Amino acid sequence: MVDSRPWLSYLTHAVLLIGVFIVAFPIYITFVASTHTLQDVLQAPMPLLPGEQLVENYLQALTAGLGEAAGTANPGAGRMMLNSLVMALGIAFGKIAISIIAAFAIVYFRFPFRMTAFWLIFITLMLPVEVRILPTYKVVADLGLLDTYAGLTIPLIASATATFMFRQVFLAVPDELAEAARIDGAGPLRFFWDVLLPLSRTNIAALFVILFIFGWNQYLWPLLITTDPDMVTIVIGINRMLAVGDDQAEWQLVMATTMLAMIPPILVVVAMQRLFVKGLVETEK
Amino acid sequence: MEKRVVFNHRVLPYLLLAPQIVITLVFFIWPAVQALKQSVLLEDAFGLSSEFVWLDNFADLFGDPFYMASLWTTAVFSVSVALLALSAALYLAVQADRVVRGAMAYKTLLIWPYAVAPAVAGVLWLLLFSPALGLLPHLLRDVGYEWNHNVKGGQAMVLVVIAASWKQISYNFLFFLAGLQAIPRSLIEAAAIDGAGPARRFWTIVFPLLTPTTFFLLVINVVYAFFDTFGIIHSVTQGGPAGATNILVYKVFSDGFIGLDLGGSAAQSVVLMGIVIALTVVQFRYVERRVHY
Repeated sequence: MVDSRPWLSYLTHAVLLIGVFIVAFPIYITFVASTHTLQDVLQAPMPLLPGEQLVENYLQALTAGLGEAAGTANPGAGRMMLNSLVMALGIAFGKIAISIIAAFAIVYFRFPFRMTAFWLIFITLMLPVEVRILPTYKVVADLGLLDTYAGLTIPLIASATATFMFRQVFLAVPDELAEAARIDGAGPLRFFWDVLLPLSRTNIAALFVILFIFGWNQYLWPLLITTDPDMVTIVIGINRMLAVGDDQAEWQLVMATTMLAMIPPILVVVAMQRLFVKGLVETEK
Repeated sequence: MEKRVVFNHRVLPYLLLAPQIVITLVFFIWPAVQALKQSVLLEDAFGLSSEFVWLDNFADLFGDPFYMASLWTTAVFSVSVALLALSAALYLAVQADRVVRGAMAYKTLLIWPYAVAPAVAGVLWLLLFSPALGLLPHLLRDVGYEWNHNVKGGQAMVLVVIAASWKQISYNFLFFLAGLQAIPRSLIEAAAIDGAGPARRFWTIVFPLLTPTTFFLLVINVVYAFFDTFGIIHSVTQGGPAGATNILVYKVFSDGFIGLDLGGSAAQSVVLMGIVIALTVVQFRYVERRVHY
């Protein structure tokens, strides 16, 4: 604060608290809804304080989902969270692995078609899955990858941003290190493993946080390629639970599942805030 | 920038690049080429034969009142999301930059909606605005306003704009806060000594210095509103009522995947690709090097 105006300081805190309230309110209401019985949720106005059904609702959401009774063959949220976890980890590790070696090749070697490869990777930046839905679906179907973990992850792991980020990181590594490694007789792979990887550790961690959230929150792609209820990710599962036609949606279970879908990525962001911010700034630059 | 020290190896670099290149070719380039090809073909209902029709699919597309309506809807949607998410985030960031104590706590409390999936954000707001059991329609009814986004297109648009902006505020907040903290204190102190009040200091010094950040975020927000909000539309309104929230990305999906109109969907894909390429060029040409942290 440059000049001291007490009323302004109070106003500032008030505005920030209102901001925090608006940001948190939808989540709070969702939490409240997930702790009541359906009858309580349906009465208008909805209760504003948590109820007593917390354990029951979450247990049912985790293990049984809606069950067969509601006409949707959804597995419990436990299975769906496992699918999401596999997808998020597969995408995060896959993207980091193939991007870091591609960046290593582009920075530390001179070879024909180097720039061609660079531009080819750059193009992936311009072709998000949303703009090439049908043909990509057809490729994956022809390869027999529908309803598989491979189909969920592999088409999404090419990444221009991650490759660029590692390229920036490697370009900032002093040339003396590579020179010293060469004089000591270390080959390129040895240099990569013993020098570059340890040097980019924090970058990898920061990128991992961002990519985990990206993978966990994928929507359009799993929506297209999974039809088997056992392969549904949790974000898609919520939507399927709401789409019950004329029946009354089981809001308390939907909301318990929604909470379960949000908890892992939110925990990652809050627990690794520093890495998260670093990853965000670096990948977007 | 190039490395002076490089390794020499004939095969290794190709092996290292192979996974990335193969995936790019199989899942990006090939489908994109297919979309381009489909967009100039007319296929019969059974997919047995196809005919080269030049740019007829595009002519049909831009002659189609539904597509033009979708273009307009997308424009309204993305401008609203960008304006709402940017102004709210900037306002909060300026306040957070001003507090001496507790800035970190506010930051932690404001950034986590980034971790919420767009589709989940949609469900959260759907519960709040649900005409049957939502809290806000109940309050609105008390003041005599009928809320039912399943029937009224304008309300459906307001709902998806709020849900989409809510999720994007945390991202914008982080970048605005970083931008604000990079502004030299001496400039602001000098202005204060000259007698400029907080509002004047903001509009004549802080805001102009934030222009690069704002412009960068504007591009990112437009890209977000165009492509990443599919989940919100799909889970909240399914493009309805009567196409009031049928944005381009959702229309490609519903025409191609549900309606099975291959040529038309491919032509829409090509138009979208054009939009992404234009936005990416803008981002790299005008934005990248001007953002400071």
